[in-house]
Amino acid sequence: MIENRPGLNILAHLVLILGVVIVALPVWVAFVASTRSATDFMSGTVPMWPGPHLVENYARMLDSGVSTSGTPPVARMMFNSLVMALSIAIGKIAISILSAFAIVYFRFPLRGLAFWCIFVTLMLPVEVRIVPTFQVVAGLGLLNSYAGLSVPLIASATATFLFRQVFLTMPDELVEAARIDGAGPMKFFRDILLPLSRTNMAALFVILFIYGWNQYLWPLLITTDAQYYTIVAGIKRMADAVDGLPQWHLVMATAVLAMLPPVAVVIGMQKLFVKGLVETEK
Amino acid sequence: MASIKLDNLGKIYPGGSRAVGGVKLDIADGEFIVLVGPSGCGKSTLLRMVAGLESITEGEVRIGDRVVNKVEPADRDIAMVFQNYALYPHMSVRQNLAYGLKNRRTPKAEITRRVDEAAAILQIGPFLDRKPRALSGGQRQRVAMGRAIVREPAAFLFDEPLSNLDAKLRVAMRLEIKDLQKRLRTTSIYVTHDQLEAMTLADRLVVLNAGQVEQIGTPLDVYRRPASTFVAGFIGSPAMNLIPARAVPHLPGSAHAAVIGIRPEDLVPDPDGPIEMQVGAIEELGAQRLVHGKVNGADVTIALPSHGELSDRLRLNAAPEALHRFDDKSGKRLD
Ligand SMILES: Nc1ncnc2c1ncn2[C@@H]1O[C@H](COP(=O)(O)OP(=O)(O)OP(=O)(O)O)[C@@H](O)[C@H]1O
Ligand SMILES: [Mg+2]
Repeated sequence: MIENRPGLNILAHLVLILGVVIVALPVWVAFVASTRSATDFMSGTVPMWPGPHLVENYARMLDSGVSTSGTPPVARMMFNSLVMALSIAIGKIAISILSAFAIVYFRFPLRGLAFWCIFVTLMLPVEVRIVPTFQVVAGLGLLNSYAGLSVPLIASATATFLFRQVFLTMPDELVEAARIDGAGPMKFFRDILLPLSRTNMAALFVILFIYGWNQYLWPLLITTDAQYYTIVAGIKRMADAVDGLPQWHLVMATAVLAMLPPVAVVIGMQKLFVKGLVETEK
Repeated sequence: MASIKLDNLGKIYPGGSRAVGGVKLDIADGEFIVLVGPSGCGKSTLLRMVAGLESITEGEVRIGDRVVNKVEPADRDIAMVFQNYALYPHMSVRQNLAYGLKNRRTPKAEITRRVDEAAAILQIGPFLDRKPRALSGGQRQRVAMGRAIVREPAAFLFDEPLSNLDAKLRVAMRLEIKDLQKRLRTTSIYVTHDQLEAMTLADRLVVLNAGQVEQIGTPLDVYRRPASTFVAGFIGSPAMNLIPARAVPHLPGSAHAAVIGIRPEDLVPDPDGPIEMQVGAIEELGAQRLVHGKVNGADVTIALPSHGELSDRLRLNAAPEALHRFDDKSGKRLD
């Protein structure tokens, strides 16, 4: 539907601008705060323009961090988050594409049961099973480890269904042509299914990377060793200054830093991402 | 290259429905066989059993001197062309052609040679580095053929390969396929529901009806001596008139047969003819006109030259040798 009424146009733009302001303003405030010094916040008014301490604040956070809050340098926490987000994204894609492959292309005994088991995990995200999962992870001695951070979040089914859907849209003749061309199951998977699901994998990667990066409750729970703190959980710890005021300029610098990798992933994979969501190239 | 032998081949799908039954067919080396029949008669099922894409529930398939019932499609030494071409969308045309050869570890130089040769035969050289998406339907069809040719298989299997093309291209490709098969002399089985395609391509036709073979023979044999009313009605366009014998009591043989078949072009106007036709609708086709009407209550169509006035009553005659006599219950030919 294409309408061309100026009144409607202006209204639409007003709504959009309002939306942008609502989203962008807090980010701006965080950025401004991260360029100020600690004393700028004592007055009670929030500054709206950047100050002169940008380089100083960021260098300090990346390098040493706020030692009083018990958090390691931000660089360390970002590295931890990166490992966690990448493991979750890659692990989940690998597991779900393989299980979708099995479910769609093979007739094995108890296939129905396997399907339902995967289906049930949809209803059990980490937050629901957090206590028993903690118990299991602790029992396996995985507290304070990258495996403990990522493995429990990898095991879930959402992505399996996405790939199942993708595979179901592949024409049967393609499978048959490959069979006649002498491609066994794994060859078919590698040479045909994987390349054809490339854009879907990219879209999923973006979503899962951000999902993993933004994990909060689970890392907070299972990391007690500062060496394994992730950045999102770390911000919380920094803001919780026990004695005295939180160092807002430093907390905000950390927050701005924490935003960068997801933004980079989205921008870097934007083209593939959009393709994967809207295009069916079969 | 090889002969193919189908021995009592049958297929019952899980769930118990029978798609094909008791098919016996000996295909000579280099022969072009066309399976023809109406939609749902089991043509694809039969072809896919030969290809190995469908399990065989009865009888056996031999390719060369080997029973292949349990042999994987890739090891049957056949190549198949699908209706929707089934090209790999992410591979270039060259990769599409080479994929099967690569999988059987053909040396690189040999692959290049065969791909270039097939490309030259099919005139797809300029597209070798394009993706299938960037090709027209006709070009995709050629690529699909190319993928079959490079394999240099014992047999080609075609499942309605031309049905996605427009009418003009279909005629052109039909001739090309015929040419190609003549040149390569590869045993071929070709499925179609288009009787014109069937007539022009086949060395021998196999007419299928509800999973059973109705008739096997050269196109002219089948056209001239259809073995049953089903074949008579299916092969030939416009279709043969099948008239109840009591509607045309003056024709020779109508006393013994239940159904008399006469092709529309065999019914000619004759002022003294024994058949009187009441003219109904008229279709002008340009070269000829089809006149539909009734003879003693039975529907009849005749093909007349496209000039001259038509009265609304025509007297018609037919040469005795143009009459086909069929039994009523079985529908089988009587002589
Ligand atoms: N997987 C299946 N399970 C059960 N019945 C099937 C299956 N595939 C086909 N059939 C049935 O077998 C019969 C023959 O099907 P087939 O696909 O061989 O027909 P066809 O002659 O190729 O028809 P068309 O010209 O429409 O392609 C049909 O009645 C069909 O319903
Ligand atoms: Mg078919």
